[in-house]
Formats: sequence, structure tokens, C-alpha cells
Amino acid sequence: MRMSPARVWREKGARYRLEGGKCKKCYKVFYPPKTACPYCGNLDVEKVELPKRGKVLSFAIEHSVPEGYRHQAPIIVALIELENGVKVLSTLTDVKPEEVYIGMPVEATLRRIWEESDEGVIVYGIKFVPVEQ
Amino acid sequence: MAGVGMTKVDRHYDKGFQELAHMAVKNLLNDVKECSPKAIVVGNMLSSSLYQQDSLAALVADAIGLRGKGGFKVEAACGSGGYAVATGYALVASGLYDQILVVGLEKMADYPTSSVTLALAQAADFEHEAIYGASFVALNALVMRLYMHRYEAKREDLALWPVRMHEYGSKNPYAQLRNRITVEDVLRSAVVADPIRLLDSAPVGDGAAAILLASEDVIRKITDTPIQVAGIGLGGDSLDLSSREDLLKPTSILTASEKAYKMANAEPRQIDIAEIHDAFTITALLSIEGMGFANFGEAWKLVREGRFAAGDRPSINLSGGLKARGHPVGATGVYQVAEVAMQLRGDFPGVKVSKAEIGVAMNTGGVVTLTSVIVLRR
Repeated sequence: MRMSPARVWREKGARYRLEGGKCKKCYKVFYPPKTACPYCGNLDVEKVELPKRGKVLSFAIEHSVPEGYRHQAPIIVALIELENGVKVLSTLTDVKPEEVYIGMPVEATLRRIWEESDEGVIVYGIKFVPVEQ
Repeated sequence: MAGVGMTKVDRHYDKGFQELAHMAVKNLLNDVKECSPKAIVVGNMLSSSLYQQDSLAALVADAIGLRGKGGFKVEAACGSGGYAVATGYALVASGLYDQILVVGLEKMADYPTSSVTLALAQAADFEHEAIYGASFVALNALVMRLYMHRYEAKREDLALWPVRMHEYGSKNPYAQLRNRITVEDVLRSAVVADPIRLLDSAPVGDGAAAILLASEDVIRKITDTPIQVAGIGLGGDSLDLSSREDLLKPTSILTASEKAYKMANAEPRQIDIAEIHDAFTITALLSIEGMGFANFGEAWKLVREGRFAAGDRPSINLSGGLKARGHPVGATGVYQVAEVAMQLRGDFPGVKVSKAEIGVAMNTGGVVTLTSVIVLRR
């Protein structure tokens, strides 16, 4: 896998600020941001920042990981429902796999998600950590 | 559909793309009286990402003595094969050509699991899911956990499907996995992405399957046992999982099935035989429900009661399914269509049903992201 600085840079809204999209017609909010509303198909959408807290809807403990992610295994892949009902697929960190449960309250945090090598591009993104309710 | 030919799905270390395509097409030639396709459609997912190989139609043409014929690759991740058949059908039905060769072709086994895992993750939304290290198995695993949680299904209930698939696979000479397994074997197998274990998952394998599609005008010259492509439906869902309203409502399967059944003037209860996309046990359950063979949340109970076994209506995955026949990803949909056609003709070499009239092949790519449903009639 190869990464380019431009590719990382243009995804900064979703990956650094947890930016989603909001439809200007049906007003539904969604993640990831898109050029069209996933619910009504309207092409006029705007960017909105999403709430940082939510709860785990479901999760998987990934032991067999893709090439380049060995040092992160096991990866806890989770579907999070934010406080406004928008869902985000991401990973959990700073938690043991056996401590994760459906309904667990979590909070977004900026973390390193992939690096090319000691000298190449580093990709950052939003992971989630457990939080007191 | 005039004829079919396939190779055993396996780790074919001694064969490349061309040797596999050659084997499948040679078997096809034994199935028809003549074969003169005017163009080639190839179903494949990973040739670009794993093998740095594009222009697959030219590669296949060279392998089977058809240099000069045009064609192209159809990609819909693990659903590429079904979409390739749909595309081949459209080329014939439109009147553009009277014979089209569709080849499903995939090689995966040469590379280590982590490389294949990364390539398969390209079926998901790369910038928002795969980049986080989420594998394709993990995305299906969180759907499986949600299914068990909502419908109160136990882990061992979901181990019954792979046991049945291995039983059927053991009788299919084209199947990759021909060993029988028990529920305990499934529950003790290695964890890939909890709750999905190794024996919940289709194996990594190589394979090629070919079918010849022909117009009604010429088909009697080619075969005495034509199978009618009676209905085709295509359906999709969002690339990402986040924006889906409900992960247990497989929109793409519902859409594709509805269209295919309508075109074929058939209903789910009339289907005698089905090959469905069970890359993981959870995918089998969502497929059974999405195709109208069970109500939402009930497929696991019906499987536990013994439904959908050989002789039931529909009898599902007598090939052993993706789980045991194998899942050379972009080729799988062509295998399924070939197997259903053989069941309708009565010459499938494994477990078979007698006097099947209507069959259906359902193939999907991504986490039920791009689905095709193809109804065949004798």
C-alpha cells in the first residue's frame, strides 16, 4: 500500500475533526461526509462537525490483520452511535478486547492509524476510547 | 445458457491465470457441440491489486485460442462473477452478439494471508474503514455479533451452517474443502475476527469457471439441454457501513431479488434450488432472509430445524457453498450459475435434487454491498 500527502490532506475533515455531512434538503446528518445525501439522494450537502461521544453498537476483535497493521493486532473494529444518532465505523483503543461490550460509552480521540515507514507519510484518524458515563 | 465448465477450486500453485482459464474452457468445450463466442467477459476482483495484471479478456483469449476477440473485466468485488454473467447476458439479449463467453477467474493462494486480507479490504470504503486496519472479515464479524445480539442466537447455532456445507462439499469433486467437520471443530477453530472463526469463513483459493451464453436463434446448434436465464436483478448499498440505516437489512439483496423474481415471474416459494453467497455464516443468514426464504431474524432458527437441506424447497448450496466449494472471489458467481444450471439439467456431480425446474444464484461483493440475483429455468 502507498500513501500520498495530497490524499491524506484532502481527507482531513473526516479524519482529524470527525466531520460528517448534512443534507440541505432532508436535513439528515451522516458519516462519512459524501457529495450526495445517502438517504434522499440530494446533491446539495454541507459539512458539519459531529459530537465526540457515543456508544458501541457492535464490534469485532480482529486478530488476522491486513499487511502493514501487524503491530496494532488485535484491532477492535467497532460501529459507534454518536449522541446525535449518527453512526461511525472506527476502531477502539486504550481498552482490552475482553472489556468491550455493546452499549459501552466511548469518546473520539485523534490517533496515528497507519505509517508507511520511519520516513514516509503518517496517517492520523479518529479512534474511540472508553469514557465514564 | 448453452454450456458450463469449471476447475476444482484449490491452491493451484502450478497454474497461473491462463492455465486455469484453459482448464475451465476445455471442460466447457466437452459440454457443448460448438463454441464460437464473439466476445469475452471476465469476472475478477484481485488481478490488479495482487498480480499487477489488467487486460484480462486478452489474457483469457490468448489462453484459449481466441486471439482477436474483444472483451473486458467486470469488477464488483466478491460479486464480480454474478455481474459478469449479467453483463454477458445483456450483450446477447441486446442482439449485439449471438454467443458470449463468461469466465470467472481468480488467483489468491500465492500470497500470504495478510496481503490477501489487505486486497480484500478494498471491497470496503478504503478511506474511512480499511485505512483504520478494519479487515473484510472484521466488518462481517461485527454484523454477526449484531445479529446474535438482536435475535438472541447462540454462537453454536451459527456453527451448524458450515458443518452442513462441508458435508455437501465432501461430495462435490470441484470443492476445495472435502473434509467433514463438527460443531466442536467450528467452535475450536482459530479466531480470525471474533466472533468469526476460521471455520465460519470461506477458504482462500484459486479457480476458474466458464459459461457460454447464446441467443435463442443459435442455441439449439450448440446444445440439446439449454437453460433459460429467466431473470436478473442487481442491487446495491452504501460503500461504507456507517451510513446504513440497519446492518441487518440487506438492501442490495432485497432489491436484486425483487427485480430478478419479477422478471422471471417467480416467487421465492417456487425456487427448487439455490446457490447463495455464504462467504461467512452471517452472509448466508442475511442472504436467506433477503431473498425471501425466511423472515428477518429467523434464518438461523430454520437452519437449526434442518430447513434448506437437500430435497427441501429451496435446497441451498448443495455445492458446499463458498464455505466448502471455495470462494475464488471474482470467479464465485460464475461457479454458482454453472452449478445451478447443472442441477436443473440433472448432471451436477455432487449432491443433487431431482426434477428441479427453477433455480437461483445469488452473489454479492463487499458487506452485501453489490449483489446480483440470477434466476434460471429448465
